[in-house]
Amino acid sequence: MKYLLLIYSNEQAFQSMSDEAKQQGLAAYGAYMEALTKAGVLAGSNRLRPVNTASTVRVANGKTQVLDGPYVEAKEQLGGYFLIDVPDLDAALSWAARCPGASHGAVEVRPVWTM
Amino acid sequence: MLGEGGRNARETAENVARRSYGKLVAFLARRTGDVARSEDALSEAFAAALSDWPASGTPANPEGWLMAVAKRKIIDMMRRRKTGEDTIPQLQLMADEIEAAAQEQSDIPDNRLALMFACAHPAIDAGIRAPLILQTLLGLNAAAIASAFLVSPAAMGQRLARAKTKIREAGIAFSIPERADLPERLDAVLAAIYAAFAQGSADSIGAEMGHGNLAEEAIWLGRLVASLLPDEPETLGLLGLMLHSDARQAARRGPEGEYVPLAAQNPRLWDEKSIDEAETLLFQAARMRTPGRYQLEAAVQSAHAVRRFTGRTDWTAIEKLYDALATISESPVVAINRAVAIAEVRGAEAGILALDELADDERLAQYQPYWAACADLLARAGKIRAAEEAYEQAIGLARDPAVRAFLQQRQTALSGSRSPS
Repeated sequence: MKYLLLIYSNEQAFQSMSDEAKQQGLAAYGAYMEALTKAGVLAGSNRLRPVNTASTVRVANGKTQVLDGPYVEAKEQLGGYFLIDVPDLDAALSWAARCPGASHGAVEVRPVWTM
Repeated sequence: MLGEGGRNARETAENVARRSYGKLVAFLARRTGDVARSEDALSEAFAAALSDWPASGTPANPEGWLMAVAKRKIIDMMRRRKTGEDTIPQLQLMADEIEAAAQEQSDIPDNRLALMFACAHPAIDAGIRAPLILQTLLGLNAAAIASAFLVSPAAMGQRLARAKTKIREAGIAFSIPERADLPERLDAVLAAIYAAFAQGSADSIGAEMGHGNLAEEAIWLGRLVASLLPDEPETLGLLGLMLHSDARQAARRGPEGEYVPLAAQNPRLWDEKSIDEAETLLFQAARMRTPGRYQLEAAVQSAHAVRRFTGRTDWTAIEKLYDALATISESPVVAINRAVAIAEVRGAEAGILALDELADDERLAQYQPYWAACADLLARAGKIRAAEEAYEQAIGLARDPAVRAFLQQRQTALSGSRSPS
């Protein structure tokens, strides 16, 4: 079954870290991705640019509205995702707990709706 | 807002809950065969106590009061469920028995051991035994257990409910097994308690066991089993093992919360009282001359603990103990720790050879301590490139941020040591 692991964390906190700490943080993600790949469960992943680059589009009553910024303003922002293919939710939770994002933010685990 | 009486009543109820929850559930479950209904009835009784006691005063025998109310609730539930006439005499009998116990000023009979044996019955899925014991004996809720076992709260709730239904419908006995069956059945109980203790430790490194917040509860359960079955050396062995590990809690983290591996820990931060108690238990167990897995593992911890006197770890003893453990256990964790001990006694290359034997074990591919042990031994043997790769795996699989940071430091130090080629 496919699960999307959505990483929510505080962008500001990351930006204000020292370069060394940032390096270490990114290296941890690299190692995590490597582990997912070796386990043969990785189906996709991307890191997102900060929310100040986000635009939100909505069409209502035939009128298109484009707003600067993310859909939801929150203390923690969606910063990236991993799409994994594992047997069940237990396995997905176990991978989510290993994601560095679970220690510096939160990881939302969502099963993918397969048609 | 609660008045003075309300606060006292709440305090009394909480104290009774802490002291007697498992005893009350065990007593009700043994007589009804129904764990879920016993828990429901008891939680209704506690709710009744919180609304009744502030007004009418705390009863002289709070346990008896709770038992009497729980009994009425449980009989109501049974009546609603079964309408057949033939069940009435049976209900009456049960009610009388519970009533008699509730009336007695003396203690309610202790059926907790019987409840534990039911929860760890071979017919119950091994993975749910520890959560089941934590819930029925200690009253922990499904959400708290789910977090500790890294399972979704909804799934944990369903699994617990299914296990309780199985106990009721399969007619699993609430009794202490016969002599012949005891060792095997006891092993399942001890394994469940140890699983609760070790939970959250999966990401710790090597021989060192980590510390979930369930550790204290597990030690409490270990004490209970050891006090109820003191002639079974493995009950003492398990308690000794948990106490040894618990004694090192303060030494496991540095001032900044960083991870400190066992070899780097300051023995003066180990809790002397826990170590002494563990050693006494081990000595007691050894006199019964029936070694077992938990006694051996506790003895390993004991050999680590001698460092507080001698300044060095008795690796020769540890290697022998792991040799003995390897003959009775197929656990890959034992095999990893044995390899680490071999490396200490006979050099990194010998340890790597022992680890190589495990390379085909699929259970280890995603087991962080295995990769951390590989990385450490490879680094010591000067196989820098392979060590870096093993560290990369260990880092990617780490759950505890302090352990992750520790492994990253080791990896970085390694890359720094590599001479430019």
